[in-house]
Amino acid sequence: MTTLTDPPKGAFRPSMLLYDSRYRSLTLQAIAAIVLALCFLYLYSNVAANLRAAGLNISYSFLGNTAGYDINQTLIEYTSQSTNWRAAIVGILNTLLVAFLACITATIFGVLAGVLRLSPNWLVRKLMAFYVEIFRNIPVLIWIIIIFTIMTAVLPAPSAFRGDDSDSSMLFNLAAFTNRGVYIPGPYFTRGFGAEGNGALNWLLVIAVLVGSLIATRAVSASANAKQAATGVRPKTLWLNLAIWFVPVIIVLFALGLQWDTPALRGFNFQGGLKIGGPLIALWFALSIYTGAFIAENVRAGIQAVSKGQTEAAAALGLRPRRVMSLVVLPQALRVIIPPLISQYLNITKNSSLAIAVGYADITATLGGITLNQTGRAIECVLLLMLFYLIISLLISAFMNVYNNTMKLKER
Amino acid sequence: MKKSVIFGALTVAGLAAGAAAAGTLDDVKARGKLNCGVTTGLVGFAAPDADGNWEGFDVSVCRAVAAAVLGDGNAVEFVPTTGKTRFTALSSGEIDMLARNTTWTFSRDVDLKFTFVGVNYYDGQGFMVPKALGVSSAKDLDGATVCIQTGTTTELNLADFFRTNNISYEPVPVETNAEGQQQYLAGACDVYTTDASGLASTRATFEAPGDHTLLPEIISKEPLGPLVRHGDDEWGDVVRWTLNALIAAEELGVTSANVSEIGTSTNNPEIKRLLGTEGTLGEMMGLDADWGAKAIAVGGNYGEIFAKNIGEETPIGLARGLNAQWTNGGLLYSPPFR
Repeated sequence: MTTLTDPPKGAFRPSMLLYDSRYRSLTLQAIAAIVLALCFLYLYSNVAANLRAAGLNISYSFLGNTAGYDINQTLIEYTSQSTNWRAAIVGILNTLLVAFLACITATIFGVLAGVLRLSPNWLVRKLMAFYVEIFRNIPVLIWIIIIFTIMTAVLPAPSAFRGDDSDSSMLFNLAAFTNRGVYIPGPYFTRGFGAEGNGALNWLLVIAVLVGSLIATRAVSASANAKQAATGVRPKTLWLNLAIWFVPVIIVLFALGLQWDTPALRGFNFQGGLKIGGPLIALWFALSIYTGAFIAENVRAGIQAVSKGQTEAAAALGLRPRRVMSLVVLPQALRVIIPPLISQYLNITKNSSLAIAVGYADITATLGGITLNQTGRAIECVLLLMLFYLIISLLISAFMNVYNNTMKLKER
Repeated sequence: MKKSVIFGALTVAGLAAGAAAAGTLDDVKARGKLNCGVTTGLVGFAAPDADGNWEGFDVSVCRAVAAAVLGDGNAVEFVPTTGKTRFTALSSGEIDMLARNTTWTFSRDVDLKFTFVGVNYYDGQGFMVPKALGVSSAKDLDGATVCIQTGTTTELNLADFFRTNNISYEPVPVETNAEGQQQYLAGACDVYTTDASGLASTRATFEAPGDHTLLPEIISKEPLGPLVRHGDDEWGDVVRWTLNALIAAEELGVTSANVSEIGTSTNNPEIKRLLGTEGTLGEMMGLDADWGAKAIAVGGNYGEIFAKNIGEETPIGLARGLNAQWTNGGLLYSPPFR
């Protein structure tokens, strides 16, 4: 008879780092980390040595110097006497603007095309398949240039609007579509806060009213839900909601003295009103339809991931196809759709750097283009650009992941 | 195995980085080819012809340097650069010299660490507008939309001009001359601005050049010239004196027709030194004795190059103006070959 004893504990020997599977992975990772660190060290010392040899140094003081150039689309006050840093901010805001607009429209296009691609109607289905395949398989830069070229070539120049017997005329005397952009009436306030009554405070007030309306309508829905749960009858809320949305904002706009400034041809260009520049339109539209095609595929995958039985069960309850889609299928499909949607939003933001192809003043065009070229500070500018895109990407990712966590299947 | 490949690549990269710091002249000789940065296409100054051969005023400088160093005016690799990429291409060593309508400015010389070796064209920034616009002065351009190549000195001059005259404009940034031309012709901008020589060159390619007019205002000084990296003075000397040789040759009456025999037939000692039949100027630079003769033989002297590419007989039709020899009231003045 033998008694079992614990196997003898071997002392740690260095060779175990290589032959013992418990330690081998750690060893390899340590080696990989050291090699990676050496690579970065080499790259850094190479850059430093080459810069020193060329008599250059790394300095960010150029950001405080006068930029000296003008930008055609600025969301904040900017003149050629502003600093390079301010020019960079202008570029950042332009990047964010086009990315934000394109994310919204790409989502709309994508959801529509994705749902319609599963339509029982043969023609609609094939048209959407055509759209998706065409736009996904041609690079976005080509689309940007195509759309911009078509805009500049097809739309008339402002000079075509000149004279009594002009070649082109404004739409209802309100909007002008030219090859430099679209001019539409712009709102301004004759009363209210701020200088000349068009300060940002007025707009903040309008936004605050709209947010208040949003909260109020949610409260109305919640009370309607409660009443429905208690009595089984859902009170009609449509007119109440419409009133909550429109009445306060109309009163506020009236109180602030809202006026519309219509564009008019003065001198070389249309003046007054709002101008949506050609580059912005081309970039916005190209990014939207291109990424929309990818989102359409995500949406289609998400819908197909929902069991067919769900659709059939909902139909058996008597719901019409549209209600089935919006109440049963899409909410379940969202769990599959949202994670790849995050990547598409990131792609839009990063692809907006192609703006320079059409002369849109985004961050790549201001900081990474003109400032870089005028100051010659290539390394500094590119590092700043990388940092900006990194931060933006991480922020979008973080926000969308929070949203994803609220939507994903709760398992208990 | 894979690691050794990586280390091998790193070593090669390290060696290449080290070599770039050595003499550019030796590099060019060892390579047998001169890497010369030019524009992406500006007819008359640098543009490929129908067969893909680069020709033009700036291209001739590249060819002259290649002939002086390597004895062959065709031993040039032309690297097209945009306003944005040109300086990086030069400072990274991708090109040996830049001959690309580049304005000699203080900050480029001092801060960006380049050496401008001279001026091959004295220019100034101008404006081109369609005649139909009825504009006769740049000061009438209040509110106009202006096409401008980004990353150039013209961009800064433009902002300064409009600001000092207290008028407004809307810039349309374009990357290359071809893009600017397309936008301008499509009417996406009212005005196209760049160096006056570039405007003349661009207008010459239009279907109806007569419909466009250059405004009288010249709003800046734009001395255009070839440049090299800072810190390699031997190479800088080679490019500088090749340019000077072309300018001196015109002054001294050396042409592509007589360059082969005038070196022996003349009794002017400066011509002899320039063409290497007397003295050791070539040897001092590390070149053959007849480097100057080879450089001139490729495309002729400065005057011949000017007349052939951009002069009044060409579609571009530029007058010599400031670019005449100092003996004819211009600014061209080569230091003596002595």
